[in-house]
Amino acid sequence: MSDSAQFPAARQGPAGQVIAIEGLHKSFGPDEVLKGINLTVAAHEVICLIGASGSGKSTLLRCTNLLEPIDAGRISLFGQEITGGGIDQNVVRRHVGIVFQSFNLFPHMTVLRNVTLAPIKALGTPKAEAEAEARALLGRFGLAEKESDYPDRLSGGQQQRVAIVRALAMHPQIMLLDEVTSALDPELVAEVLEVISELARGGMTMLIATHEMGFARDIASRVCFLEDGILVEDAPPAELFSSPRDERTKRFLRRIIAAGRL
Amino acid sequence: MDDNQPGQADPVTGLPGPGSGRIAGDRTAGGAWMPPGSFASSGRGPKLFTGGGRRATAVSTISTLLVLAALAAIFLLAPGSKQVRHTFFDPQDMWQSFIGNPRKGYYSVGAAIWLNIRMFLAAEILILILALLLALVRQSASPALFPLRVLAMIYVDFFRGVPLLLVIYAVGFGLPALRLTFVSTQPLAVYGVVALVLSYSAYVSEVYRAGLNSVHQSQVSAARSLGLSQLTALCYVILPQAVRNIVPPLLNDFISLQKDTALVGVLGAIEANQAAQIYASTTFNYSSFTVAAILFLILTIPLARFTDRLIARDRRRRLAGATR
Repeated sequence: MSDSAQFPAARQGPAGQVIAIEGLHKSFGPDEVLKGINLTVAAHEVICLIGASGSGKSTLLRCTNLLEPIDAGRISLFGQEITGGGIDQNVVRRHVGIVFQSFNLFPHMTVLRNVTLAPIKALGTPKAEAEAEARALLGRFGLAEKESDYPDRLSGGQQQRVAIVRALAMHPQIMLLDEVTSALDPELVAEVLEVISELARGGMTMLIATHEMGFARDIASRVCFLEDGILVEDAPPAELFSSPRDERTKRFLRRIIAAGRL
Repeated sequence: MDDNQPGQADPVTGLPGPGSGRIAGDRTAGGAWMPPGSFASSGRGPKLFTGGGRRATAVSTISTLLVLAALAAIFLLAPGSKQVRHTFFDPQDMWQSFIGNPRKGYYSVGAAIWLNIRMFLAAEILILILALLLALVRQSASPALFPLRVLAMIYVDFFRGVPLLLVIYAVGFGLPALRLTFVSTQPLAVYGVVALVLSYSAYVSEVYRAGLNSVHQSQVSAARSLGLSQLTALCYVILPQAVRNIVPPLLNDFISLQKDTALVGVLGAIEANQAAQIYASTTFNYSSFTVAAILFLILTIPLARFTDRLIARDRRRRLAGATR
């Protein structure tokens, strides 16, 4: 079960599209949360999903990581459909990293073990190699001192940075970030956003659900506005924030500005 | 009772002890600041009914001694005291029943307790495995496992509802009566272990289930999102957290199991209680039961202390990160 055999395009040039979502529908019981989403993410693109709580941003990310089964439509990774039958979900997930709002670190493991568990158990990386790499990653994000600590001894910002490192340790082709600063105290938001900016500078492909409008404007190649499960507008940030075309986008941005968040 | 004087290091954690009678969140006597609601400094969870300090220790010591003296006086001054002491606490009889004497027709209680220990160890391992399987089946969500889920539920309901003694009778007398090869020709203790496993695995599976439920679904998401298989996520992420949460009730059930090995004696297996029974009916002296009781205490008390230490160690290990 070689990865390159399953996703041959993974090694192709940066021009290729990483994720393609077509006509995605998802319901929870009678609630239709996603009503036909179309979205493609090219390599090295950073796409920010904005929209009110409940607009479907998180569900879209969870579907892309296959944590939620979809009702209709298709999602492709490097041109190969991953939502059909005969796909090993675990192999897909190694390529698609996700970071959650509530960190979800493993509380019974040290920081180092949190980071190395999946490389060792899912990729079969030798322990020494996985640890060396984890230490390098932790060092890069200012967490070198914390490797032997348990998560409950870390600040929220540190925990979220560890969660990002944990996802990076799998060498994902794309990172999905699900409101990763929403659970943080205001003074801890900056350190996590800085990590994401660094990833963007390094060329990481990212799909980011966020309420940080200023951050989206600075970092995104495209911003997508979702409302009630519909992708209303998809435009470069300068365009979407300064001259939104759709009435619903305008209304949302007016509310955001009135709240002083842009 | 309260051996933690203010400012004194906690003997278990080596950390400053809590200032007695003061509110957590205060600067404790040891100087380390603990956030409100943090019981970390005690290493054993919240301490209730604290207060007093040195004076309280003296009061509690004196009151304990007074109560013990009163109980001893009642026992010694009771009209039948001499008789009871002779029947239950005769040193000569206690020693005789402990070492046993085959020529006089009774077994050594001290030797018979080994059968309890062996039955306990065998049953414990089998219970841990069977109960985990039962819990996992009951927690599964796959439609394909629906029939198994129903069977597991019936099993648990049945064996939790039927008294252990009846299960021991049914297995111990029923299986041999079938006159099958192998199944009907086992030593009595084996039937005892089978009955204990049937009954206790039903209880313990419910403990496991509570433990599994105590691990948040987001932990499953986190593990699976990293590409870990269901089995890997279960073994490395879910179960370790679940088991950590249920160690005290689990060991509590095992303390109970240690004692219940005595029930297997009804089949005629020579375990400690049965050996004591034989001694009593041979010599008309019940001191052998006192010996059996002491031996059971020697078994169960270390397990209880071990449980405490395990919990304290887990806490301490998590605390280690704070001091680094």
